[in-house]
Amino acid sequence: MIKWFRIRSIVVKEIIQIKRDIPSLAIIFIMPVFMLLLFGYAVTTDVDHITTVVWDQDKSPQSREIIQAFEQSGYFDIRYYAGDMKEITWLIDGGEAKAGFIIPPGYARDVLKGQSAGLQAIIDGSDPLIARTALSTAQMIGQVKGFALKLESLSRFGLGIKAEPGIDLRARVWYNPDMESVRFNVPGLIGLIMQNITVMLTAFALVKERERGTMEQLIITPIKPFELIIGKLIPYVGIGFMDVIVTLLIGSLWFEVPVNGSVLLLLALSLVFLLVALGLGLFISTVAKTQLQAMQMTFMIILPSVLLSGFMFPREAMPLPVQAFGAVIPLTYFLEILRGIILKGIGLQELWRNVLWLAILGVGILTLSAVRFKKKLD
Amino acid sequence: MVMEHAIEVQGLTKTFGDFTAVDNLSFRIKPGEIFGFLGPNGSGKSTTIRMLCGILSPSGGQGKVLGYDLKDSEKIKQNIGYMSQKFSLYEDLTVEENIDFYAGIYGLRGKEVRERKEELIQLALLTGKEKALAGTLSGGWKQRLALACALVHRPHLLFLDEPTAGVDPVSRRVFWELLYRVAAQGVTILVTTHYMDEAEKCDVVGFIYQGKLMGFGTPGELMGAMGLTNLEDVFIKVVEEDYQDEAWQELLKSHRKEVTGE
Ligand SMILES: Nc1ncnc2c1ncn2[C@@H]1O[C@H](COP(=O)(O)OP(=O)(O)OP(=O)(O)O)[C@@H](O)[C@H]1O
Ligand SMILES: [Mg+2]
Repeated sequence: MIKWFRIRSIVVKEIIQIKRDIPSLAIIFIMPVFMLLLFGYAVTTDVDHITTVVWDQDKSPQSREIIQAFEQSGYFDIRYYAGDMKEITWLIDGGEAKAGFIIPPGYARDVLKGQSAGLQAIIDGSDPLIARTALSTAQMIGQVKGFALKLESLSRFGLGIKAEPGIDLRARVWYNPDMESVRFNVPGLIGLIMQNITVMLTAFALVKERERGTMEQLIITPIKPFELIIGKLIPYVGIGFMDVIVTLLIGSLWFEVPVNGSVLLLLALSLVFLLVALGLGLFISTVAKTQLQAMQMTFMIILPSVLLSGFMFPREAMPLPVQAFGAVIPLTYFLEILRGIILKGIGLQELWRNVLWLAILGVGILTLSAVRFKKKLD
Repeated sequence: MVMEHAIEVQGLTKTFGDFTAVDNLSFRIKPGEIFGFLGPNGSGKSTTIRMLCGILSPSGGQGKVLGYDLKDSEKIKQNIGYMSQKFSLYEDLTVEENIDFYAGIYGLRGKEVRERKEELIQLALLTGKEKALAGTLSGGWKQRLALACALVHRPHLLFLDEPTAGVDPVSRRVFWELLYRVAAQGVTILVTTHYMDEAEKCDVVGFIYQGKLMGFGTPGELMGAMGLTNLEDVFIKVVEEDYQDEAWQELLKSHRKEVTGE
């Protein structure tokens, strides 16, 4: 029989302890703001003013118009005009230019005839972010102006880029027309902040109990492992939720990234993700012996989730094995959900797959951790 | 509560791998007695207590605590109090909050909590420190707070694992005064200690060494049997006698041979 009075005692005690613990308070209140500022301002993945070289072989009003269109998009700074292919290669090889456009002779003729006019783009693939932006922008302009883009990636620069942009990339351009990274980052941050805070605090709260020997006194009482787990988790659900709301508010009021979809759905699904994060924290507490170890293990979870979930880099650009690894990271699915609801304004109808995966991972992790935790107490 | 023995164990054994920490222990404690459980470091005292509390399952033997079988740990837990060897209360909670917490865990409510808390604060001489963080208390006060928390649910049996370790003599005496008062209310107490002056205050004592029970009886009986006048000498003899053991001598010899080559 579960006794609610025991759970309540744990919750009350936990809240008093959190209130008195400065590091916990700092994590709860300062970390979200700090991360928002960091990713909102400092870590910008925006790319504009790409230095560009143009080889205009047509020299017609039409070709000048398309060059102007590139310039006006704000993404390309036409710095150089080349006279031949060698010059373009030289500029890009030397890093002077990151993108090059070649307008073939007869461009104006084709445009006037209403035929698809060919245009060649050469993009330095060594910085995938720049390459992607350059490519997608060029394509967009191309779509508007009605020419076909023939892409040549300078793969000798290391990372070649695929000629066909991934779905995600297009979505990014559609739903985030100004390509502001804040728009892209803020929804992701809600998930990341929630994950980090909950995982860390839950792990700490349980490890601390063992490290200081208070667990010994606790297991001699009639309290059941399940009651202890629930009692310990409840305050952190509350805190996690509070942080979601704070991040959402700062995101929409300060960074002007409003929630386009249903806020209620967002909060409901956040709850699902919270359970996953709590499960991870619980799991760490069954492995770590000291708070320091718990901290290190938390980072071992945070780092891949930042890098592989699609928070910073689009997953489509990753090699398949890495993508597969990202697929078992709960944050991956929650990010899709967050961006879907906040940026695209879509609902369960489109997101149910992500919700399902998140729920499966959540139930799995929470069960595994609870069983491990119980075993450790017995 | 009507029962013949507060604790009775027969052949209680605990092994960790191929190491036997508690070896075939059998003894009985009457209700209301103070039982001093003595033995050198690592002799198996804490392990025995853990089994009696129902948090460690025995590898062999059987026992009853307060009339409940050791397997019935739920019943046992509800009726015993425990003070672990290391101070294990919440240092970031105040004296009052610690008591409130354990009161809540044991299911005391509202008025009951307030009354019991007042009683315990008086009993454990904690008056005036109600709002002090447990972590700021000095050793003696901490022990008394731990005792208060262990008593919050009016247990019939109290396990105290080295409650006075690292506490000054005056505080120790005060603590034992409290124990007498608690015992006078009919609570059975099992207490481990390395202080023989404390052991002499017990109704019965048991010596445990390398997991085996080496002696059991009232302090007077034990001193009489060995013809010694204090428990300290009894303790030393129990332990050192074992050094004369043949096996031990063999080991010493072979060790000497290894080192000196003789
Ligand atoms: N979980 C465990 N796994 C392996 N060995 C253990 C375990 N718990 C205790 N022991 C060993 O069992 C022996 C008895 O330990 P125990 O803690 O019961 O001794 P003790 O009499 O309480 O000693 P002390 O006076 O130092 O508190 C020790 O050698 C200890 O190392
Ligand atoms: Mg011990």
